[in-house]
Amino acid sequence: MANKKKLSEVTDMFKDVDILSLEGVTIEGDIEIDLSGLGGGFDPMLAAILGQENAVLAQHFARLAGVFGVPVGFGAPAAGVPAPAPAVAPALAAPKLKDLIPAKFDVANIAEWTTQIQEVPIGNTSADGGSRGKRVMLGGEKALPFFPDAPMPNRNQVTIDVFDMRLGLAKAVKENYDEVMDNPGEWAKKNVEKFNADMITIHLISTDPLVKDTPAKEAAKTVEEVLQAVDVPIAIGGSGNPQKDVEVLSKAAEVAEGERCLIASASLNLDYAKIAEAALKYDHDVLSWTQLDMNAQKELNRKLMKQCNVPRDRIIMDPTTAALGYGLDYAYTNMERIRLAALMGDEELTFPMSSGTTNAWGARESWMVSSPLKEDSDWGPREYRGPIWEIITGLSLAIAGNDLFMMMHPTSVAVLKHITQTLFGSIEAEPVDIANWIGAEV
Amino acid sequence: MKINSPLEAYKYLPQTNCGECGEATCMAFASKLIDRSGKTADCPPLMKEKKFAKKLAELDRLLAPEIREVVIGVGDRAAKIGGDDVLYRHKLTFFDKTKMFFDVTDTMDEAALVERVKKIANFKKFYVGRHLLLDGVAIRSVSNDPAKFAAAVKKVAEVGIPMIFCSFNPAVLKAGLEAAKDKNPLLYAANKDNWKEVGELALEYKVPVVVSAINDLDTLKTLAKTFAEAGIKDIVLDPGTAPSGKGMKESFTNFLKIRRAGIMGDTEIAYPIMAIPLTAWMAGITDPVSASFWETAMASIFTIRYGDIMILHSMEPYATLPLVHLAETIYTDPRTPVAVDSKMYKVGNPDENSPVLFTTNFALTYYTVESDLSSNGITCWLLAVDTDGIGVEAAAAGGQLSADKVKDAFDKSGFDIHKDVKHNSVIIPGLAARLQGDLEDKLGAKILVGPMDSGRLPGFMEKNWPPKQ
Repeated sequence: MANKKKLSEVTDMFKDVDILSLEGVTIEGDIEIDLSGLGGGFDPMLAAILGQENAVLAQHFARLAGVFGVPVGFGAPAAGVPAPAPAVAPALAAPKLKDLIPAKFDVANIAEWTTQIQEVPIGNTSADGGSRGKRVMLGGEKALPFFPDAPMPNRNQVTIDVFDMRLGLAKAVKENYDEVMDNPGEWAKKNVEKFNADMITIHLISTDPLVKDTPAKEAAKTVEEVLQAVDVPIAIGGSGNPQKDVEVLSKAAEVAEGERCLIASASLNLDYAKIAEAALKYDHDVLSWTQLDMNAQKELNRKLMKQCNVPRDRIIMDPTTAALGYGLDYAYTNMERIRLAALMGDEELTFPMSSGTTNAWGARESWMVSSPLKEDSDWGPREYRGPIWEIITGLSLAIAGNDLFMMMHPTSVAVLKHITQTLFGSIEAEPVDIANWIGAEV
Repeated sequence: MKINSPLEAYKYLPQTNCGECGEATCMAFASKLIDRSGKTADCPPLMKEKKFAKKLAELDRLLAPEIREVVIGVGDRAAKIGGDDVLYRHKLTFFDKTKMFFDVTDTMDEAALVERVKKIANFKKFYVGRHLLLDGVAIRSVSNDPAKFAAAVKKVAEVGIPMIFCSFNPAVLKAGLEAAKDKNPLLYAANKDNWKEVGELALEYKVPVVVSAINDLDTLKTLAKTFAEAGIKDIVLDPGTAPSGKGMKESFTNFLKIRRAGIMGDTEIAYPIMAIPLTAWMAGITDPVSASFWETAMASIFTIRYGDIMILHSMEPYATLPLVHLAETIYTDPRTPVAVDSKMYKVGNPDENSPVLFTTNFALTYYTVESDLSSNGITCWLLAVDTDGIGVEAAAAGGQLSADKVKDAFDKSGFDIHKDVKHNSVIIPGLAARLQGDLEDKLGAKILVGPMDSGRLPGFMEKNWPPKQ
């Protein structure tokens, strides 16, 4: 039974079903990623059932998918068969060690974690007055991510970047998008259909006065184009120019009215009140962005809530992501501290978090052909370094408490989703007998 | 650590303010003991004078880290693991970075074995002024033959980095111990079937030992307690590392529970924990790149959540580079300052013809640029502009790096671009290109826009320096 399947074919089969994610599939692109043995994999048997268009089954499946990502697959049997356990040699003399002294292991839950993180939905379906095919739910945690103290209600989500113009990207990334880079709608479609994006982020970078100075009105058309091309929830980002972004994002919010997009972002460097006003008027969420500073994050959140009257279920925080090797220690600890403070009752921080994981591509290890330093050991092929850099940057922050990941490389997306959903507990796999790892063929 | 204020430590000190430790007062020394930057051995009176013996013993007990510190190997490259006092790094800092051991087998041919071990020992990755290294070799006895295992151990021992002996067969482990006397290897492992024999070996050869009970914390604690009562102090815990599905989630949960119990004061399980991400290669992933990615992802999880030592397989740079960086990330002391002093630094011995560059005072940015310049022999003036410790790109976007700030930094540094150098030029970071025009006006100097990444400065200098008149 072949376990590999082109993602495009899979997407076609599932197109009428509300599937939140597909794991264990082969991604077309520069790297084939094969996680079939890890469980949760695509199963042709399941596809056959869906093919019968049995409404009841499909609904059941969709519900399961909603809870578990995608339900049980039948992973390939383990390829490396471990050697038999080495026999224990006859007892040597054992004078000091006579009998086991029995002990019971027990540890308590953390009593101080009293407060739940706010649940924040992104995307309005027709039931909510929008046109999105599904809603993404973030937050709701009562413990650190994947901890046993309390179940984590919502899994991590990945939104894949789209830009409103062709731009310079790392080679390994660009290879995947080259033919759609002049067409944001097609780009968004590819992210959803081929690369399994939960959401799309459209970055309106061409509006920067120092780039193309695209007028807000024209940029808003790109947002409409993306909304029509895909039916997943979307995030809308500006160019980073604090003056122009206010105008651009306000206009974008207007044309996307009722879709509950994530407006990225409000910050202390710009007129956040205007951003908040547009988001509220046109029914969107606000991304509250600060730069590696927990107190600034509290201040901005407080202003959004008290000054701008943004309801709690419309705030998501971006406390800033720095790449592995380039300040991830600050980004990691900032997020972990924010989440711990929230769980212990700091109401100014009890919001889901978002990470610009794409920043990992700024690390030279992710894109440079070889090390600029002569003393270094060989850096090996960069086409594998980049994706793993994005994965590990994102995974570290997932463990610190981050909920939503803005990412770029399809392989990184596939692996990050699979590993976070494994920790989340929604991936079933054939148990592996690890007791005999010493003799395993690897 | 059982105490957390300098006052509590002070009670056990001589209180004479003799200054022999290098601190002005005993109270200052007490603060160092509490933040673990000093140790009792640094106080000569306390160590030497008999009347303090009792106090010293008690103070050492109070100051001992919650998680036992275990040393593997000998000499410069001995690997110290454990030693932690907190569950989150910002509460203090984590001690004794996660150690990465890579596998070899006793069935490899000698040349391949030696080559792999040397590759492990010689791995180097430059990072802010020093090298990140890999830590040791885990020798797996696939043959289950004591003679073969001993032969492999001899070869590995010659290279001189720490070793883990992997076999459940006490006869194999004993052969290894005989072949590498006084190398202080870690024995893997004692389990519920062989614990008596392996425990005896640990006692006889005075080496650290792993107790292993897969997904069974009662048995794990039972084994650890039994060993501790028998006088074995250097214990490492292996609760199992499952590579996929619910099994992996269980493994993760076990790590969390064990460390939480240890930090909360359950001394019977307060030992370093071993993770074995190598099991990724047993999960049925057919493509080696995917298997390596998965192993790296697993290793990352356990670097962050309480794995103190790991056994890994993939030596590909795309596995080792992210792992050494992540261990550094998690174990870097968060109390060290984010920023370097804002001033003019010299790289090499610059003169009036040397180029002038600036970057931000964010420590990581500064050290990266500085090492790119010095490692490539570029002699220059390097100004660290105060951007509140934010990197170039973010600071240029957020306004912390502006033409005014750069002008201000030049003024405060006392460096005069018109007098101290002849070329009247400044090379600016490519990520701050937007400041070019503004800077030309403010500094009255020629502005050259450098590369986006300082790693490309050597090529840039070749083409653009000295500047054309």
